Amino acid sequence: MSEKKKKLLEVKHLKQYFNVGKSDLVKAVDDVSFDIYEGETFGLVGESGSGKTTAGRSIIHLYDPTDGEIIFDGQDINKLKTRQEEHAFRREMQMIFQDPYASLNPRMKIKDIVAEGIDIHHLAKDDAERSKMVEDLLEIVGLNKDHSSRYPHEFSGGQRQRIGIARALAVQPKFIIADEPISALDVSIQAQVVNLLKDLQEKQGLTYLFIAHDLSMVKYISDRIGVMHYGKLLEVGTSDDVYTKPLHDYTASLISAVPIPDPEFERNRKQIVYDSAQEIDDENKPRKMHEITPGHFVRCSEDEVAKYKKRAASYEE
Amino acid sequence: MAERILDVKNLEINFHTYAGDVKAIRDVSFHLDKGETLAIVGESGSGKSVTTKSLMGLLANNAEVVGGSVMYHGQDILKKSEKEMQNIRGKDIAMIFQDPMTSLDPTMKIGQQIAEPLMKHKKMEKKKAWAQALDILKLVGIVDPEKRINEYPHQFSGGMRQRIVIAIALVCYPEILIADEPTTALDVTIQAQILDLMKELQSKIETSIIFITHDLGVVAGMANRVAVMYAGKIVEYGTVDEIFYNPQHPYTWGLLNSMPTLSSTLLEAIPGTPPDLLDPPKGDAFAARSTYAMKIDVEQEPPFFKVSDTHYAATWLLHPDAPKVTPPTEIIRRQKLFAEMSVNKSVKA
Repeated sequence: MSEKKKKLLEVKHLKQYFNVGKSDLVKAVDDVSFDIYEGETFGLVGESGSGKTTAGRSIIHLYDPTDGEIIFDGQDINKLKTRQEEHAFRREMQMIFQDPYASLNPRMKIKDIVAEGIDIHHLAKDDAERSKMVEDLLEIVGLNKDHSSRYPHEFSGGQRQRIGIARALAVQPKFIIADEPISALDVSIQAQVVNLLKDLQEKQGLTYLFIAHDLSMVKYISDRIGVMHYGKLLEVGTSDDVYTKPLHDYTASLISAVPIPDPEFERNRKQIVYDSAQEIDDENKPRKMHEITPGHFVRCSEDEVAKYKKRAASYEE
Repeated sequence: MAERILDVKNLEINFHTYAGDVKAIRDVSFHLDKGETLAIVGESGSGKSVTTKSLMGLLANNAEVVGGSVMYHGQDILKKSEKEMQNIRGKDIAMIFQDPMTSLDPTMKIGQQIAEPLMKHKKMEKKKAWAQALDILKLVGIVDPEKRINEYPHQFSGGMRQRIVIAIALVCYPEILIADEPTTALDVTIQAQILDLMKELQSKIETSIIFITHDLGVVAGMANRVAVMYAGKIVEYGTVDEIFYNPQHPYTWGLLNSMPTLSSTLLEAIPGTPPDLLDPPKGDAFAARSTYAMKIDVEQEPPFFKVSDTHYAATWLLHPDAPKVTPPTEIIRRQKLFAEMSVNKSVKA
């Protein structure tokens, strides 16, 4: 990914805490910074509880961050003053959800689900234009126009996810957050949906934040990847770098745990056990992101930089 | 020759629904050898869970076994009464379910949940049963078991709960363990731990495992043999190497092709969706989604063709008169590996 590309989203020192001021304080996202360039797919991986979904939700302004900035297209989204500004922002950024069963209102027809954004933003002049837009959208995602007067229960999981994608596309956004969009789908359908997302990206120049726990799928779809653990971003790099030359022990352990459809490989698989104690920061060892090789960052303290540089060099031998 | 402990023959199961009879299992036969792991792979709705539920006598009320038999120690399980099944279930055949969050009783201490099958099946006293529960908790890797045996499910994480579910299933040393997507709800690192644990326990207590999953990566690591199900039928079965390196059925090709490996650059999705089993298609059920379908595929159902002594596939492509087709690139890559492996084997022999 060339550095000259325009930054579409900048997340700076984002902190999202819950139960602030109480004894059960949760630091769901703790000092996370990354950039997403226009036209790329940024994959955010991590296990459950790592804060990846919370990060996505903070970015689309479903939460007010505890601290930090989220700058989208040059504008800090937490400083949007008027309703109009918030409205305009919502048009630019859309979300696709994990559960295709829960994310569609069962009492609404497909055309009304897809057109909800069109209505809110007054994108259609009249009913005829509205229906035309819906039909076009359904076609783009591989459904046909006869589907528009049906209800969600008449569709399979994969088709529902397509409807969710059509709904997100309806307001012509620049940026889409896909939060585990395929994990509820069957294997043979997952590939369909992922290929559709890739295809749309090419045709419409979309930028994605792809949140998932399935590492092999994230590797396949993403240009760059960020690895989260316990609310912290541990490593960022191109997907090839992160997978083939992992720097952080946690990343290495995560990759070693991914089952591969190859019996010979599985028989020889050695899982790397990870000790999360090394993540604990003490007062005199503050950790932050350090660029170890160009474009490949790892979260570490100053005195650990040498260790990671050595590790990065060992991959080049 | 390994001892056969379970033999499923021509199983057919229908579900009565308002829309008509859904033919969920259509003539399924397979067997399980002692000590082996048989993986059943397929998409949702392919019938893999229904098949195993019928082995446990846990079918829903609207299900009807139309035909077939499940022979276990010379007796047909399908003909047993609920009362007789209660003596088999949990003792001889145990099951691990997908969701560790819902398969434990939230109001019972985990010690009691593990001791319950011992007290019921082995008529053990409470004290002895709890002592054995403690042993098995250690075996499944729960830290500080003396304290945790008195805790409730909500005090455990997902991975720990699944370990407890496994402990309950294994406490009576069952002959057969059915694991229905046991790691689907878990994170990859936890999944790897649970799978290793299952392999380790299997060798310790010599149980045979039927492993149901849609994740071919997990299958590659767990199974000795694999059966691929599609639309209520087994379409191909063989040893794990035969299925992964020498697959014959276009559906198996499609599955292997649509899963990303860490090096794949292009995913070929299987187009379309599985057929409606209210009215199953006449010929090969996969024909409508297959680019390799021939005329005969929509007219007549393919029988099983023998590939090797252990490997069979139900596709007309294996018929002697069938035209030669070129499988997808990924499959050719795998078949090359298979050829190399068999050369290596014969050299060794």
